[in-house]
Amino acid sequence: MSYKLTLKEAQKLLDKLSLTYDIYAPKKLKAQGRYSDTDIIKYEKIKNIDEIEYREKSTYPMKEVISPIQQTIFYFTEDKYRESKVSTKPILVFSRACDINAIKVQTKIFIGNGGFVDYYYQRMYERIKFILMECDFESDTCFCVSMNANITNNYSLAVRFEDDGIHFEVKDKDFTNYFKGYPHSSFAPKFVMENKTKVHIPEIKDRNMLNKIKKSPMWKEYDKRCISCGACTIACSTCTCFLTRDLIYGDNSEVGERRRLSSSCQIDDFALVAGGGNYRTTAGDRMRYKVLHKFHDYKERFKDSHMCVGCGRCIERCPEYISITATVEKLNKEIERIEKEEASNV
Amino acid sequence: MYNPVKPLPHKIVNVKKETDLEYTFRVETKTKVKFGQFLQLSIPKIGEAPISVSDQGIGWLEFTIRNVGKVTNEIFEKKEGDTIFLRGPYGNSWPIEKFKDKNLVIIAGGTGVSPVRGMINYLSKNKDYVKSLHLICGFKNKECVLFKEDLKVWANTFNTTFTLDNEESKGFKKGFVTAFIKDIPFNTFGEDYEVVVVGPPMMMKFSGLELEKCGVDINKIWMSFERKMSCAIGKCGHCRIDEYYVCLDGPIFEYRIAKDLID
Ligand code: SF4
Ligand code: SF4
Ligand code: FES
Repeated sequence: MSYKLTLKEAQKLLDKLSLTYDIYAPKKLKAQGRYSDTDIIKYEKIKNIDEIEYREKSTYPMKEVISPIQQTIFYFTEDKYRESKVSTKPILVFSRACDINAIKVQTKIFIGNGGFVDYYYQRMYERIKFILMECDFESDTCFCVSMNANITNNYSLAVRFEDDGIHFEVKDKDFTNYFKGYPHSSFAPKFVMENKTKVHIPEIKDRNMLNKIKKSPMWKEYDKRCISCGACTIACSTCTCFLTRDLIYGDNSEVGERRRLSSSCQIDDFALVAGGGNYRTTAGDRMRYKVLHKFHDYKERFKDSHMCVGCGRCIERCPEYISITATVEKLNKEIERIEKEEASNV
Repeated sequence: MYNPVKPLPHKIVNVKKETDLEYTFRVETKTKVKFGQFLQLSIPKIGEAPISVSDQGIGWLEFTIRNVGKVTNEIFEKKEGDTIFLRGPYGNSWPIEKFKDKNLVIIAGGTGVSPVRGMINYLSKNKDYVKSLHLICGFKNKECVLFKEDLKVWANTFNTTFTLDNEESKGFKKGFVTAFIKDIPFNTFGEDYEVVVVGPPMMMKFSGLELEKCGVDINKIWMSFERKMSCAIGKCGHCRIDEYYVCLDGPIFEYRIAKDLID
């Protein structure tokens, strides 16, 4: 069932929902961007309807609600580790289809991989429900359709913003009562069915091909271009990698906390082991590692989608204008070249 | 809810200096581990490090630690009676059932002896478990030799070759372990053998190539990997190589797979 609420009514609804739920949405933060005079859009807890930035894609992904850039995981004393606490209040997140689909990937890793359930992910994930935001803009960097990430049915409510009000579709009966008395609407969320940017998904047929690609000179280009800043993976909707850091409180050096911080496979010391061995020493090696994870390795392990939802955020964040879509097209050409070479060798 | 990364306090019951850089810590614990597994050792304020179990007994585990990083540095300050935090065990194990009644070959270099020490000690107490054990252990020099007492026992029990990279010494031949692989009588084993290789990456790589040269079946070789780890439960991504996670699918890999893995 769908309804149309005026902005005032929508605010009332939000007030009511806020009693039960923490509500998160993309929010514009003034002048915090890369050049300190640009705005950024980031997921934050909201109280007011007009805080929701729905006209543009958020700079940073929705995953941060569940797996934040940094969080305290333990408080420790000399003889004990104690888990950090979080609220148990359910969460509602205004989110786009690509970001919701990215959570599938995150969940495969955090809850599925190797039979270990990550405590910190699980305790957020089990509280979350989604409010699907229809996309009525198209950014040049979006390629969700190529990645099959443009559609989802994993949502409780769907919304369309209009100047004079908001349409709601109610899919989850937990929310039916909130809408009693509001006028019906014929709204059904539309999904983006075509992007300007399209990507051909590379087919890496076997390990022989994989290893030939790994040794390919195509990655050398990135030794010069990529500055290994990690901005692309921090902005990525699906990336999960993190590291753990201990922090002590002032001079009382026996107490402190253990934190989990997002880390990036693009940064120089990602694979550096104690004692000095580093398994990927060049920016090209690391670019290859990232791109093949997203377009081969993840799928190979989980027999699922690829590990990219085509949100395009990595392209927008890269200070060196490195584009994942361009890189994947280069990869396709390289595969073609290797296949031809193999064919002429038999 | 169970938290798989929560470290628990344990008491250190013994500290033994093996070399200037390597100490063995015996920790009181009821945790049971399979041969080849590792635990995360944790020091509040400093962090965590994956350390393989170098031996085990009733009520204790031993960890032989090389002092190479921030965490291990701090562990070296610990004395008998002090507390250390552990979580685990993690990872897979040596396929000991496959080794039963076979001619087993173990090639270990440097700190690589740690992840096989428990298994070798078990085999020396259960001599009939394998048909034979050929053991090659290599160290850099005399000062780097680990587990001196164990080596003596092993020399009396198994077919052993102990080596030092650049010097000769009583009981040790001079040269890299790879130089002695061809002396193993693979031609007398028929199909009845398995090979374990563990040590620094280059040592494992060249041992693998040498074994192949000696006609060893690549399906019968096992290697233990060491990679950067943060979580040990398949979440942090640091240990991943292609579709494999060293903390989950390793640290032990079939050579058949390991030889084609490019980090
Ligand atoms: S790799 Fe780039 S386009 Fe793909 S999900 Fe990550 S940020 Fe989005
Ligand atoms: S690809 Fe761009 S954003 Fe990513 S690490 Fe390299 S320079 Fe930074
Ligand atoms: S150590 Fe974190 S994924 Fe393996």
